[in-house]
Amino acid sequence: MSLLAAGKRALLLAAGLSLPAWVWAVGDVGETTKQPTNWIAISMFVLFVVMTLGITKWAARQNTSRAAFYTAGGGITGFQNGLAIAGDFMSAASFLGISAMVFTKGYDGLLYSIGFLVGWPIILFIIAERLRNLGRFTFADVAAYRLKRGPTRTMAAISTLIVVAFYLIAQMVGAGQLIKLLFGLDYNIAVVIVGVLMMAYVLFGGMLATTWVQIIKAVLLLSGASFMAFMVLRYCGFSMETMFTKAVDIFGRANNVADPQKIMGPGTLLSSPLDAISLGVALMFGTAGLPHILMRFFTVSDAKEARKSVFYATGFIGYFYLLTFIIGFGAILFVAENPTYLDTIKMAATGKLELQGGGNMAAIHLAHAVGGDWFLGFISAVAFATILAVVAGLTLSGASAVSHDLYANVIAHGRATEAQEMRVSKMAVLGLAILAILLGILFEKQNVAFMVGLAFAVAASANFPVLLLSMFWRGLTTRGALIGGTLGLVSSLVLIFMTKAVWVETLHLSDTAPISLTNPALFSMLLAFLGCWLFSVTDRSAQAQAEKAAYDSQYVRAITGIGASGASDH
Amino acid sequence: MTTEMSPERVQQILQNPTFQTLDRQRWRLGMTLTIIQLFIYFGFILVVALAPDYLRQSWRGGVTTLGIPIGIGVILSAFILCGIYVWFANSRFDALNQRIQQEFGQ
Repeated sequence: MSLLAAGKRALLLAAGLSLPAWVWAVGDVGETTKQPTNWIAISMFVLFVVMTLGITKWAARQNTSRAAFYTAGGGITGFQNGLAIAGDFMSAASFLGISAMVFTKGYDGLLYSIGFLVGWPIILFIIAERLRNLGRFTFADVAAYRLKRGPTRTMAAISTLIVVAFYLIAQMVGAGQLIKLLFGLDYNIAVVIVGVLMMAYVLFGGMLATTWVQIIKAVLLLSGASFMAFMVLRYCGFSMETMFTKAVDIFGRANNVADPQKIMGPGTLLSSPLDAISLGVALMFGTAGLPHILMRFFTVSDAKEARKSVFYATGFIGYFYLLTFIIGFGAILFVAENPTYLDTIKMAATGKLELQGGGNMAAIHLAHAVGGDWFLGFISAVAFATILAVVAGLTLSGASAVSHDLYANVIAHGRATEAQEMRVSKMAVLGLAILAILLGILFEKQNVAFMVGLAFAVAASANFPVLLLSMFWRGLTTRGALIGGTLGLVSSLVLIFMTKAVWVETLHLSDTAPISLTNPALFSMLLAFLGCWLFSVTDRSAQAQAEKAAYDSQYVRAITGIGASGASDH
Repeated sequence: MTTEMSPERVQQILQNPTFQTLDRQRWRLGMTLTIIQLFIYFGFILVVALAPDYLRQSWRGGVTTLGIPIGIGVILSAFILCGIYVWFANSRFDALNQRIQQEFGQ
């Protein structure tokens, strides 16, 4: 496997919100080759680690209660939380992947990023404030508010762990490959470094440290990306028209295409209406069902701050996607014709435009073109920091599902002491970190690209319907929620395995996939809603009557926040 | 899971005119904005899927296509709609909720 194809795959695997199956499909299956050790990037990264470990030490002194561990005691402000939420979304994959998509396909890259943004207003308008008023530590607090504690929390914990596991594998493998390529470190060493650092943040610093790591990284990434976009725009005399004109011209020459103007409009992405809507559903409603995102709403003091969080997050995420769009076009201007960044040997073989290190290196090369070696080192370090910040949040979310939902509420029937629950949560963090390292090493040579798409589909199909109905529909009963949620979970898993990305490109079962959709969330989510409805309305048990009767008190609390858990746990 | 209100108190709040105003206004605003956002996004991707040539035409005679301002407009719409919600919530809903808290809050 050549370095080039391998590098391309490594960057495709990079952490965070991944690209849909068809985008992933362009990555060749293979490993990256170790690069010469990049000392500037490593020094910058060490600086970041020292700073974040300092914060962890500070946070550790306050990390003495359950509320501090799970939610930073509710003491994060709306603005800080908005940055942290945006940080969860501005992953290495969305930075490198979306700018690379713009570099190779133009407008389609913008189109794709929009899908990730528009879920946020919906979360604000109908979910955020109620979620904050009803929940305390995990989203299962809300789902199980009036439903039967044991089964509801067990189901929520299982789907949380499934989402977290798939997300973590994609992150760890992406981290190892990316670091091997950018830093010249051995894959296994990279995976262990990520696992150990992430464990230190979460174990000692809890949610407070996890949030601040995410905030710092978000600020670094936004600053770096702003600088790159600024340099590109300055080069074009701050005229978008000039930028597009030059880009179309260069794109045509560099890619040897007769009609380069096509990058200024929609291409092949979302060309089938059904596929477009199904992917849109997965992106929009998956966001509203991701446990590590939902958990962030409990870190602020009240519904008002929760509302502000989403407003700021939407602003930062939208701004970031505009930057990646400019960065992608900037890469066409600065990178596409610069022999330093091109892989001429591979180009001779394929006859196409090929970048050193692979397709997703467009933003990395642009960083070098506009800022030199030091800025390249800075952006590489930020990419590493990004992965670290995202896995820390995932691990905390998985650990709280184990300790708060499974242990304290199901196994101990709500009778565990705070100290016992804390001990279990720390053991869970340790367990998840070891598991993440092992899975990262185990899956090194596997194509794990589909796993984030799968996480979004499961979140939209298993978590979102139950969460939404529990808050808005009096008629939802435990039986309906369990059967509906399970249907969503199982159908999303089964259908994802029948898509092209898994069936054909990962498992090589046959040449054509049983279903033509990129992401089947539309169908699995509808099935979940249908299951919840059908098995609730036919539920005539006394338990069901009591659950419906409890809706009034839940409703009042959701609207007013009366009785909601406050800023502190005391 | 936390302090439970008595059923009588719950019914009192549900019957309270201030509560009903808050609930009705917030629900109406949230739903209106949700429908606008869904309409903008799914409308946009349906144009992409069914009439892409509309987005490929030149905007103001240059290389820039109509799709660029429209795409950026969709991003801005998300932020603006959030802003509208937050503005109403801060200026109106919080005051209503404050009154409910004063009357019923523990």
